[in-house]
Amino acid sequence: MDKVIDIQHLSKSFGAREVLKDIDFSVKKGEVVSIIGSSGSGKSTLLRCINLLEKPSGGQIIYNGENILDDKHDIHAYRTKLGMVFQQFNLFNNHNVLSNCVVGQIKVLKRSKEEAEKIAMKYLKVVGMDQYVNANAKQLSGGQKQRVAIARALSMEPDVMLFDEPTSALDPEMVGEVLKVMKELAESGLTMLIVTHEMEFAKEVSDRVVFMDKGVIAEEGSPEQIFNNPIQERTREFLKRTLK
Amino acid sequence: MSFEWIVSIVSDNWPMFLRGAGITLLISIIGTIVGSVIGLLAGVIRTIPVPERAAKRIILKVVNIILSVYIEFFRGTPMIVQAMVIYYGSMLAFNIDMNALVAAVFIVSINTGAYMAEIVRGGVISIEKGQFEAAQAIGMNHIQTMLHVVLPQVIRNILPATGNQFIINIKDTSVLNVISVSELFFQTKSIAGNNFRYFESFFVACVLYFVMTYTVTLILRYFERKLDGPENYSMIGQPAQVTLTNTKES
Repeated sequence: MDKVIDIQHLSKSFGAREVLKDIDFSVKKGEVVSIIGSSGSGKSTLLRCINLLEKPSGGQIIYNGENILDDKHDIHAYRTKLGMVFQQFNLFNNHNVLSNCVVGQIKVLKRSKEEAEKIAMKYLKVVGMDQYVNANAKQLSGGQKQRVAIARALSMEPDVMLFDEPTSALDPEMVGEVLKVMKELAESGLTMLIVTHEMEFAKEVSDRVVFMDKGVIAEEGSPEQIFNNPIQERTREFLKRTLK
Repeated sequence: MSFEWIVSIVSDNWPMFLRGAGITLLISIIGTIVGSVIGLLAGVIRTIPVPERAAKRIILKVVNIILSVYIEFFRGTPMIVQAMVIYYGSMLAFNIDMNALVAAVFIVSINTGAYMAEIVRGGVISIEKGQFEAAQAIGMNHIQTMLHVVLPQVIRNILPATGNQFIINIKDTSVLNVISVSELFFQTKSIAGNNFRYFESFFVACVLYFVMTYTVTLILRYFERKLDGPENYSMIGQPAQVTLTNTKES
């Protein structure tokens, strides 16, 4: 399978603090990869470096064969190929549900209004929010907001979806509805990269699980390997702490 | 008796009062609109993130310094003094004989611009970081992020402050009588100078100023409510029935 994203020797420092150290990591087309690890291990930073919300301090990010950290590379065009789902949803407060999913398509991808609305409705249906097109962000529950945020990202028809702890800010009873949507997406063959604390979910949907610790990838492998037979001592410790 | 005087002053001089109020409104409306545009531009420029390239960084730095000087100078000096300096100075230095009304609009505009720049900057800063990130994440550049996501929210949030500025402008144009603009204060002074009834004449001016400012307040409230949109949303189609099964063929 082709590598969609290939990261080589990626590093990131905030001042003197090194958050990511020499990361080598790739995602293949159609693959669902979960990144797990304790808070501060650098997993969110890695995700944010991939779509350049954080500027990497060193290394390369190869997307479809091109190094996107080249000066001449168009960052904005690259970002349209990555759908990002945030922990805090970040729906546009000045747009209603439909408009949230349409504005990027029209302004960035230059699609017509009719086409954009058709595509938006398709994905709002996928996440089960097509009946709320007129609602504003502040009128929705957390789970509903996150499902709209997923539809907004899908509406750009990206190659890869990035999920940055999508259920961490949700009330427990709303986690299920978001995970259900994500599971459907994973089964549909979408390429997904998920930073998560939901171990059961990661075990169930992932093709590959990456365990990060102190800014490095400590271990990666199939869900069976990571969750049932971890090789590294620190992976075992982490799982013992989180899976009790 | 004062009341009878007021009636007779109004009936004798209403065209002058109205013309004065009209000029006052004209200066403050144009001044507030132009000033808001200046403020929006300045506020947006002052919130551009520091660019990567050295050349761009230097240009932005220079522009920011110029904007800071402009803002600090006009916020830090009285408008009545600025009016004298600009009106007489332009004649002395550049030999431009400014029309008093044009000068008045100019002075109020750049003054409002200086205040609005700070109000807009505060408004942009108050927008949560996630809004910028979400816009960038779907590929928007700085201008698109500002136009389609941030500024609409900023404008809603700064509407009360803008209304405040508008009301201040209506009142403060009265200082422009020093450059002989025939606004309401100037007209009232002429009327009172003819009839020697200072209290009654200025009482009429007082009422007119209040009517103008209060009308502006009411209009802005209406707009605020309008921008907030309906409190409830309507559901489309049948009540909630979450279907996720058609993901694959879509």
